[in-house]
Amino acid sequence: MSTSVDQKKEVSTEVGDGAGGFAILFFLLGLVASLIVGWVAFPKLLYSQKNQPIDFNHELHIGLVDEGCESCHFFREDGTYSGVPKLEQCIGCHEEVQGQSKDEAVFVEQYVKPGREVPWFIYAKQPECVFFSHVAHVKAGGMDCVTCHGHIGESSSLKVYEENRITGYSRDIWGKNISGIKTNTYDRMKMDDCSECHVKKGVNQSSVQTGKGACFVCHK
Amino acid sequence: MNKEHNKAKKFGMVIDLDKCTGCGSCMVACMAENNVPFKADETNKLDSITWMRVYKLTNGKSFPDADFCYLPRPCMHCEGEHGHSPCVSVCPATATDYSHETGIVSQIYTRCFGCRYCMAACPYHARYFNWWDPVWPEGMEKSLNPNVSVRMRGIVEKCSFCYHRYQLAKEKAYYEDRREIEEQEYQTACTQACPAGAITFGDLNNPEHAVHELKKNPNAFRLLERLGTNPKVYYISSREWVRLAGDNYLRQEGKSEKN
Repeated sequence: MSTSVDQKKEVSTEVGDGAGGFAILFFLLGLVASLIVGWVAFPKLLYSQKNQPIDFNHELHIGLVDEGCESCHFFREDGTYSGVPKLEQCIGCHEEVQGQSKDEAVFVEQYVKPGREVPWFIYAKQPECVFFSHVAHVKAGGMDCVTCHGHIGESSSLKVYEENRITGYSRDIWGKNISGIKTNTYDRMKMDDCSECHVKKGVNQSSVQTGKGACFVCHK
Repeated sequence: MNKEHNKAKKFGMVIDLDKCTGCGSCMVACMAENNVPFKADETNKLDSITWMRVYKLTNGKSFPDADFCYLPRPCMHCEGEHGHSPCVSVCPATATDYSHETGIVSQIYTRCFGCRYCMAACPYHARYFNWWDPVWPEGMEKSLNPNVSVRMRGIVEKCSFCYHRYQLAKEKAYYEDRREIEEQEYQTACTQACPAGAITFGDLNNPEHAVHELKKNPNAFRLLERLGTNPKVYYISSREWVRLAGDNYLRQEGKSEKN
């Protein structure tokens, strides 16, 4: 009697072992699958990819102008920043087709001649609640463009614009790295990155609630 | 970065109630400047948003002693004690904050989740809740002020002392290699709109600004001073009953306590 019970016990434990093995296998499969979904598939789904209307060559232009970035991306007299150039600034040279590039022909035919502004995608566009002063950083803070914008000035072609489908923000705000790790100052441009630099540079940390930077410095 | 441009400021307002005619220009200017939402029917005052609001005070007497006074009420930007204004102290979301640099109480709309503790804490009714998403009459969205972010349903908003104008004034100063802005470079919309010149705005810490002297006027008072909110909006009135009304004095109190 006792022996048969023991045998049964043995059998049941054996069956249990087999089920446990499957459970571990399914767990691992599930883990791998969800990691792939989370780290590879989700970011791909999250961001839509858009090409700029014209493939602008920064490298070529920066060799032709005298004042570097500020030749086209300048400050207005009231201290506001002009941002991405309007047709008005291009038209001086581009009234007629220059060179052989296909984009150049499209640019002149479709935008310059009808006087239509190019609908550029702005990589560094901040949310609406943010007030960012270029002049405070460049003139008062003495920073260069590369610190935040990277080496876009030396590129010969514009990268693909990636837009977050949920928030509508550019991927440059969160950064390429989905886990949020950054190696360069220009990898990410979230609020934490702004405040990190503000602390380093000794901008007044005048908030009563947090003892950190006040909200009404960058927010509006 | 040099600390020079970070000298602590304390922006404040002095409103001369003897000059105020109650015309409401300040309210209109404020709404236009700050993209304050409105509805087709504004009769429900529990639902309407007015960052700047003109109240009518009466002395409760009958002719010939009847008298009234108009009182414009922006956010008082209370300093409390060391910046602990009533609303800032209760906000669980750090959506409203006091800055020692400007003395302005900020409200960050994207941070606010609409619990309305601040509204309960504010003794001045200066805070308003967005019960609805703003709807602009067709075409009007094109004339919104791009320097002020519009608000959404479910959050609290209030007067910011036109902080965006300070930001813009500073940009111009930086462009011209200055660290400090002039008094006239940063003025609120209500100040500029007042046809009677009743509102004066400036840095209360700066002896060169008009408000610095005006707030020392013997007829100057602040609303509900006894609560210890330490507001930065001063009122001037030559009429004693107005000054007493400003602090909810009871009938039996008065002259002896407030000279």
